Amino acid sequence: MAQSTTLPAGRVGGRGPIRGFLDATELDTRMLGMVAALLLIWLGFSIASGGVFLTPRNLWNLSVQTASIAVMSTGMVLVIVTRNIDLSVGSVLGFVGMVMGVTQAEILPQFLGYDHGATWVVALLVGVVVGGLIGALHGYIIAYLGVPAFIVTLGGLLAWRGAAWWVTSGRTVAPMDTNFELIGGGTDGSIGATASWIIGAVLCAAVVFALVRARRQRVRYGFPLRPLWAEVFLGTVACAVIGGAIWVFNSYPWPVRIAERYAEANNLPIPEGGLFIAHGLAIPVLVALAVGMVMTFLANRTRFGRYVYAIGGNPEAAELAGVNTKWVKMQVFILMGMLVAIAAAISTARLNAATNAQGTLDELYTIAAAVIGGTSLAGGVGTIAGAMLGALVMQSLQSGMVLMGVDSPLQNIVVGIVLVLAVWADTVYRSRIK
Amino acid sequence: MDGTPLVEMRDMSISFGGIHAVDDASCALYPGEVVGLLGHNGAGKSTLIKILSGAYRRDAGTIVVDGTEAHIHNPRDAKAYGIETIYQTLALADNVDAAANLFLGRELLTSLGTLDDVAMEAATREVMGRLNPNFQRFKEPVRALSGGQRQSVAIARAIHFNARILIMDEPTAALGPQETQQVADLIKQLKAEGIGIFLISHDIHDVFDLADRVYVMKNGKMVGDARTSDVTKDEVLGMIILGKCPPGATPGPGAIREA
Repeated sequence: MAQSTTLPAGRVGGRGPIRGFLDATELDTRMLGMVAALLLIWLGFSIASGGVFLTPRNLWNLSVQTASIAVMSTGMVLVIVTRNIDLSVGSVLGFVGMVMGVTQAEILPQFLGYDHGATWVVALLVGVVVGGLIGALHGYIIAYLGVPAFIVTLGGLLAWRGAAWWVTSGRTVAPMDTNFELIGGGTDGSIGATASWIIGAVLCAAVVFALVRARRQRVRYGFPLRPLWAEVFLGTVACAVIGGAIWVFNSYPWPVRIAERYAEANNLPIPEGGLFIAHGLAIPVLVALAVGMVMTFLANRTRFGRYVYAIGGNPEAAELAGVNTKWVKMQVFILMGMLVAIAAAISTARLNAATNAQGTLDELYTIAAAVIGGTSLAGGVGTIAGAMLGALVMQSLQSGMVLMGVDSPLQNIVVGIVLVLAVWADTVYRSRIK
Repeated sequence: MDGTPLVEMRDMSISFGGIHAVDDASCALYPGEVVGLLGHNGAGKSTLIKILSGAYRRDAGTIVVDGTEAHIHNPRDAKAYGIETIYQTLALADNVDAAANLFLGRELLTSLGTLDDVAMEAATREVMGRLNPNFQRFKEPVRALSGGQRQSVAIARAIHFNARILIMDEPTAALGPQETQQVADLIKQLKAEGIGIFLISHDIHDVFDLADRVYVMKNGKMVGDARTSDVTKDEVLGMIILGKCPPGATPGPGAIREA
């Protein structure tokens, strides 16, 4: 097995140390480029805003603001990979948000009373089921009746926005159930320092475990391996990023007033210089991370995911190989609908109200996040992690501009230009690499 | 030929928008036999064979496998009968690697129900090692492979799952002389293992040396069939171009009757 412990010398040698490094770590250069772009945006805003952008408080807010679009972008990747599109997610978000709002604020209290512990679970379940059914309807029309996804979801864009209005004849539903509200983040909707560190440690352990397990498997079958230093490097960087993120979230304290009230209620002494209670990870961010992991698992480790990519690469080949392509496409839309429901929960909870305008234009941000994250509109190419990173890039731009006091019309212009530039850069990158 | 045919297609018809792509065509394939299916472009060869592989649904006709009627409505059904196809277009998903293509629709799973990529890669390395020993690009999407390498992936997919009936649609169209010879050797080896092979081509030189029998199609109709030992290449060319059946051949419904 001596020859299989490192890559063939010819591949690493003679191509420069950077090339060799990339080959050894098998890192995706596209992804690295995106991370670099993100850091550049952050650095730029930080300098322009006099350091305000890169404060724990702003980064924490950024993470919460990104959650809803990030959740939807994971589903949009699969939709676009199968050569479809979903223009309806913003309107479906509005409708499902309305349904969940009415369920918890008007229907359930009649049976359970106000602030019953089960209210949020029932409301969320109702939302996910309704979202799934809407997705199933779209998917059925697209896959089995053969109407192009663009048309079906364009219809959905109009229809579900109308339906959202119809649920309460345009009336805003508020407030949400107090437990449901936690899904949206806020001071109470964060898990605090200790729990955040525990989650960080678990994530680190998972990364190390996955690296070790993958290496063992390859050794067992005698496949070529990454050099050991590359494995250690990957594990270290991943753990450092996780630890750094947790540290930032834990550096953002509760507002002074809320902390004081909390101290009074719990008979805690207030120390000199104020009480420091850390926010830690916000619940919506946790939800988005969990969704990202589940979706990555679905995309990479299951038959369903394999079929999604095969259909995107060559629909005819997938069909001839015996894949039930229509059912897979319908499943993708069902999944999309369920993810929209989760995003709707985050956004209504964060606003503490369900309005019929909620999610307007979200379809475009979601598609933009997926595309900036490297999803090809030609189908077959795209990653969940890329799309979530894309969502973070989009949100960083927007929130940075808000911080800088850029006028809202100008914000849209910038976001529009960045979208086009990002896809152009990607096109150039792809044609170079081949 | 003696015994029960491996597969028999009786009186197959299919039309697309009023055009009879295949009209009342019949053919049979016996174990260990290589049967060439010849005809011009558009003669209906690929269409006939796509009915057998489940890609098209026939309007009329019966498919019999091992003497009993087979119900083939989609590619999955055909594979269940041990019918594997190497399509002219290769039908590969370009964006995924060789292992993913080889096992597409028949993925190996771990005990947890997840994809067992390592086991699939191991099996792919093994089968590709036999077909194309120089092949090393297991991690790259098949888009990045050469024509011959892509062809070997398509062939590997067809033979890995113990096919009993193999359909090869223009298998050497994209290949150089050396690779064509490799495919010819492979066909002989599979034939020795008792697999029945349909070899489709519009070029009789490709198939004449390999095939035991040839069927000739013209305008969707079967001109006739002949043992390659009983007819000459020129006579078969006459069947392809003119639809004229020589004395050594058995005429079909599409043959021109000489007055």
